[in-house]
Amino acid sequence: MAFLTSPGGGNRRPGLGHRLRSAAISLTTPLLPDDYLGLINPLWSTREGRGRVVEVRRETAQATTLVIRPGSGWTPHQAGQWVRVGVQIDGTWQSRTYSVTSVADGRTGRFSITVKGIDGGRVSPYLAHSTKVGTVLRVDPPQGEFVLAPVMGRALFLTGGSGITPVMGMLRTMVADGRLLDAVHVHSALHRDDVIFGDELRRLAHRFDSYRLHEQHTDRHGLFTLDRLDQICPDWREREVWACGPPALLDAIEKHWADAGRYERLHVERFQPPVFAAPDAEGGTVSFAVTGRDAEAPAGRPILEVGEAAGVAMPSGCRMGICFSCVAPLRSGQVRDLRTGEIHGDEGEIIQTCVSAAAGPCSIDL
Amino acid sequence: MTSSPTARLSEMQIAEFGRELDAIREEILATRGDRDAVYIRKVIKTQRGLEAGGRAALFVSMFPPAWVAGTAMLSVAKILENMEIGHNVLHGQWDWMRDPEIHSTTWEWDTVISADAWKHTHNDTHHRWTNVVGKDRDVGYTMMRMSEDQRWEKRHLGQPLYNLLLAPVFDWGIALYDLELDDVRTGAKTAQQMRRQIRSLAKKAAKQSLKDFVVWPLLSGPSALPTLLANVTANVARNIWSHTIIFCGHFPEGVETFTEDQIENETRHEWYLRQLQGSANIEGSPLFHILTGNLSHQIEHHLFPDLPSNRYGEIAPRVRALCEKYGVHYETGSLSRQYGSMWKRLCRLALPPANQGTVDTRPKPVPLAA
Repeated sequence: MAFLTSPGGGNRRPGLGHRLRSAAISLTTPLLPDDYLGLINPLWSTREGRGRVVEVRRETAQATTLVIRPGSGWTPHQAGQWVRVGVQIDGTWQSRTYSVTSVADGRTGRFSITVKGIDGGRVSPYLAHSTKVGTVLRVDPPQGEFVLAPVMGRALFLTGGSGITPVMGMLRTMVADGRLLDAVHVHSALHRDDVIFGDELRRLAHRFDSYRLHEQHTDRHGLFTLDRLDQICPDWREREVWACGPPALLDAIEKHWADAGRYERLHVERFQPPVFAAPDAEGGTVSFAVTGRDAEAPAGRPILEVGEAAGVAMPSGCRMGICFSCVAPLRSGQVRDLRTGEIHGDEGEIIQTCVSAAAGPCSIDL
Repeated sequence: MTSSPTARLSEMQIAEFGRELDAIREEILATRGDRDAVYIRKVIKTQRGLEAGGRAALFVSMFPPAWVAGTAMLSVAKILENMEIGHNVLHGQWDWMRDPEIHSTTWEWDTVISADAWKHTHNDTHHRWTNVVGKDRDVGYTMMRMSEDQRWEKRHLGQPLYNLLLAPVFDWGIALYDLELDDVRTGAKTAQQMRRQIRSLAKKAAKQSLKDFVVWPLLSGPSALPTLLANVTANVARNIWSHTIIFCGHFPEGVETFTEDQIENETRHEWYLRQLQGSANIEGSPLFHILTGNLSHQIEHHLFPDLPSNRYGEIAPRVRALCEKYGVHYETGSLSRQYGSMWKRLCRLALPPANQGTVDTRPKPVPLAA
């Protein structure tokens, strides 16, 4: 079929697959063929990335690994990257990001995330403790710059708590590729049984002389402090560093490496937990992300009016919360429903600007 | 209109009434969850199953039993898609699930008018200005006189006939009426805006017509003609059904209309009251309610347009009890009663009022742009 790819011939004719798909769409319009396929098997629909949980592995009392088989069109991850995972809880889709903990080789057709259930959280306890094999999740393509160097020299990994997760994906990948050549790993956790992947890390240290593991159990030995680095890893200045853990630890690490003039050797991954507004939060700065304008929103004033006063082209309709013409996605922060007083809002949640007031600083996609 | 509850109830009573309705809404919001999500998914799955099954049966529609089965399945599928699914999804009733595939911002439905155009004229104009003559264009859809407050003209003599002719092509009627052609004449819309609107309508209409009247029939090969006939039948059946339900929702006798003067400075709680008086329910079985898209609970839908439709039935008795408590008329009845009542009103108002041209003590009627 040379004519399909003949060079220089102007417009290329669409391929057979493309034409078949167009024909199928004319049969299912206004729906897509995927809408029907998805009813037979949710993984067949390409409208949204989806994956099915095929294995659930308890790691510690709080942490669970979910092995996920994604649907067609999945982009394999690089070691250290994260994915946004959505789960339906009491009817509503909630999503959070999790580091991929499995080997990055793109061949198995599955990947795993490891979720530590946070007390009082909405999503992580559900994923960690209530997810069963067969559950269908939404999964977005892997993202993130926290990845291994193309050529690995001497490495230092500094991790704390669930900050182990991206690094576990890196270690496993390095082992699989035969690249675990010279790595020092300092990991902090509350106690021995609280170390996620504890047994596997210890087995690795036992098996490879090139991998040195230092575990800091903070209930007995206190927090890990960077002044001990000289003792644990005297050549830390010469190593490429990957750090992931609690914000305080990461702040200290960034300062330490900056002070040593070695900042460019440092790779940091910060988990950004969702920020919830205080129960009494009223008003705040609303930033209209697309327009690039900020406005002070007093308590109880609809974001629609705040935007209009600031000269933002706000979509609007009934102005009483019934027509859904004024909706826009929330980028960050939370809002208060002026009808019920309820504070709500997750990243990406679509809100009605005419009946929502800022509950603290927030950002809208307008 | 001295008998109107808005006039009879004190401000405090109206506020009290409104707060009781608010409480019902909040209670449903608090219990909205998995059960509702399961419901809408089940309806969607059933609808798509019926549509696929109907289309499949029509491949062999040269055999009469297959034609009957296929046409019936496709008709019910179209009714479910427009009424219980499309209309309600576009109201944002399921937005709380945050499912991008069942969301008012992404949904497109199986009818001529596009979702975006509909959301504007229906969700905003009709639901905000329900039954306000001169504001809610759904009062008679600019061609019929459904309220004493609309000035009678000679053309209204033909409205029983217009309505009969409108029913089988209701989807086209809605789409064309939505263009608001009169707005160009009054200057509310530029010719360019109108051209853009017409282009968008033509595009959607072409896709819809191609699917039902060309591609599927051709695919059926030897059964092409019976399939075409079946698809036309299914569209007409859906149209007559939706026309019936929608006309029974606002136009039976006993449903009030309002003038712009009456709603000046209307509070949110007075808005509730207007929704109650401007809507009518139809009684029937659970299956009937689903097939009407729960618009048989028109009153509850107008009070709370964004609550999931499957919950209207459960709050209806409570709304009705509230109405009794405050002495507000709650218009409800069987389908045949409401349908007959709507026709009676439509025919009555086709005739000139006895006093037109003489002394009229009512507030000055607001003529429809025509």
